[in-house]
Amino acid sequence: MKQIMFTGFFYALREEGVPVSLTEWMTLMEALNQGLAGASLRGFYHLARAVLVKSEAYYDRFDLAFCRYFEGVETSPELAEKVAKWLEKALPPLPVDPRQRRPFAPWDLEEMRRALEERLARQKEEHHGGSYWIGTGGTSPFGHSGYHPAGLRIGGESVNRSAVKVAAERRYRDFRTDETLSTRQFEIALRKLRALSQNVDAPKDELDVDATIDATCRNAGRLELIWGRPRKNVIKLILMIDSGGSMTPYSRLCGRLFNAASKVNHFKDIKFYYFHNCVYQTIFLDPFCRANASVPTEEVLRNAGSDYRLIIVGDASMAPSELLMVGGAIDWTAYNEEPGLTWLQRLAAHFPCAAWLNPIPKAYWPTTEGRDTISIIGQVFPMFELTVEGLEQAVKVLKTKR
Amino acid sequence: MPKTFDNTADYLVTEELRNVVNIAIALGRPLLIKGEPGTGKTMLAKAIADSLGLRLLVWNIKSTTKAQEGLYVYDTVQRLYDSQFGDHDVSDIKQYIKLGKLGEAFVSDEQVVLLIDEIDKADIEFPNDLLWELDVMNFYIPETKETIQARHRPIVVITSNAEKELPDAFLRRCIFHYIAFPDEEMMARIVRVHFPDLEKNLLAEALKAFYWLRGIGGLQKKPSTSELLDWIQALVVGGVPYQRITAEIPFLGVLLKKNQDFELVLRRLQTGGVQKAPTAFGAGRRG
Repeated sequence: MKQIMFTGFFYALREEGVPVSLTEWMTLMEALNQGLAGASLRGFYHLARAVLVKSEAYYDRFDLAFCRYFEGVETSPELAEKVAKWLEKALPPLPVDPRQRRPFAPWDLEEMRRALEERLARQKEEHHGGSYWIGTGGTSPFGHSGYHPAGLRIGGESVNRSAVKVAAERRYRDFRTDETLSTRQFEIALRKLRALSQNVDAPKDELDVDATIDATCRNAGRLELIWGRPRKNVIKLILMIDSGGSMTPYSRLCGRLFNAASKVNHFKDIKFYYFHNCVYQTIFLDPFCRANASVPTEEVLRNAGSDYRLIIVGDASMAPSELLMVGGAIDWTAYNEEPGLTWLQRLAAHFPCAAWLNPIPKAYWPTTEGRDTISIIGQVFPMFELTVEGLEQAVKVLKTKR
Repeated sequence: MPKTFDNTADYLVTEELRNVVNIAIALGRPLLIKGEPGTGKTMLAKAIADSLGLRLLVWNIKSTTKAQEGLYVYDTVQRLYDSQFGDHDVSDIKQYIKLGKLGEAFVSDEQVVLLIDEIDKADIEFPNDLLWELDVMNFYIPETKETIQARHRPIVVITSNAEKELPDAFLRRCIFHYIAFPDEEMMARIVRVHFPDLEKNLLAEALKAFYWLRGIGGLQKKPSTSELLDWIQALVVGGVPYQRITAEIPFLGVLLKKNQDFELVLRRLQTGGVQKAPTAFGAGRRG
């Protein structure tokens, strides 16, 4: 039962969204066994945060979970004041042989607090040393400068800033940056999108070992060094992102992909465009899709060679008319003389290496509201779901011409 | 009694940081330090070395740094040259194996503090490539069929400016601490270390203006400790009376390096400035 009480903190953290792994939890247990938390909740707070939390973005969630789990566990000020008087005449701190340190026993703070209050009610005088009454030194769980594997500190060092109070301050609230998290997996997936080539303008500064051996042998053993150019990625990428209303629930997901693509920094060139539900004769330069920041789609096709890889991100869910009819575009001002599907086919023809990423999970494609348009577009572009796995599959398609 | 880390003459630590450093040392795990520029991330490693009386090894990471370089480099070109022109015995490969910083830390006769500075500068896979070596504290050199085993587990301090995210597997093995930006009280102590004779009013006003600036939302680059120190230097040299500091923030260019930030702050100064923005000021102090 007591064990469960304590592992509850693990689940409190998980519930709050702190990505704690079992490895880290075991490290914490190891640290507690070594007595690294000291005998105070504040020491435990620092220890647990340093071991379990690996980004300041999660400090706030950690504080919330800590507050929730340990709330009301620490000694109240009145209690502390009363006991402080007894503790004034302190014994020197009790030296503890590390071998004598008992492993960190499972403890129940609630129970301990009750026990403290109870003992306090029965204790009528100062008490120093010994193993039961509240006092300094000694091995009673209550007091300061003493040792008990799970003691409550009363007074002594650091009483003024209790751990729960520190946690309750939530000083790290500003560091929550949910949006920038976990772009890494996307980055990794995008890095696989590469075609290495030496035919780029770079200084010849890499020793070509095979050619050097060959040349040296031809030179009758006299060394001749052959230098080559380092291989560079020659992949160029165009990313077209749907920023229509139905995409709003996925904006964070798309934002991650965008961040990953712009951060990965290994493409020869990368261009971003935006559209509203479907691509027509104009395409936009920012997610707001305004006419004053747009270019004709024709121009994009003219300027970008067909060696560019194209990734379109969108839910592919729209009224069939938006895809199939002249003048079907959702924006009144953007009258299209050709149906959206024609434009999509034109893109697909121009860019032989293209893929469509859909933030709607694949399992829902046959049943979702946009199932008709998803199925039509799926015949024009190979479509994958916008997950790390889907992106990896898309990257495979993008590497080789269909 | 295990060694524990504490304040040194020229480095002030918070209780939090002191605890975390000691935890990392006790567990033998790498300590990952993040924080705004100017919060003393790099200095921490030096302070740990000073406090414990150990040697400090610094491995500065650049965008081209490979994990292998930290272990050892086999200088094949030198060996090839020597085989042609040198009088060395080139059959002994050992003399062409140059240990990197991590290798150096492993073979050292006594425990050292190893600083891996700005790990996020390197390739995204870099931290993963070091996982094994940092875990088991040894590596194998195939050329000499040698295993380099750490004689004393080095105290590893790693700093990151969060330019890239670090891999989860790597993070799981680290002890992590984010150094919060110093609050006004701590900052006053830091400034005192650099300017022991600074006039009290000047310091108070300068800090007030500085934290007001930091509290302004939307700054692209918040001024940090080093900029504050430069600015105070400028105020002293320029002989600015302290009464003028918060009203006009002279030498603003020392604190702000971006054009947009400069204009933003000038606008704020014209519409009230430091005195009339208590909320922004308060937010900045939370640090």
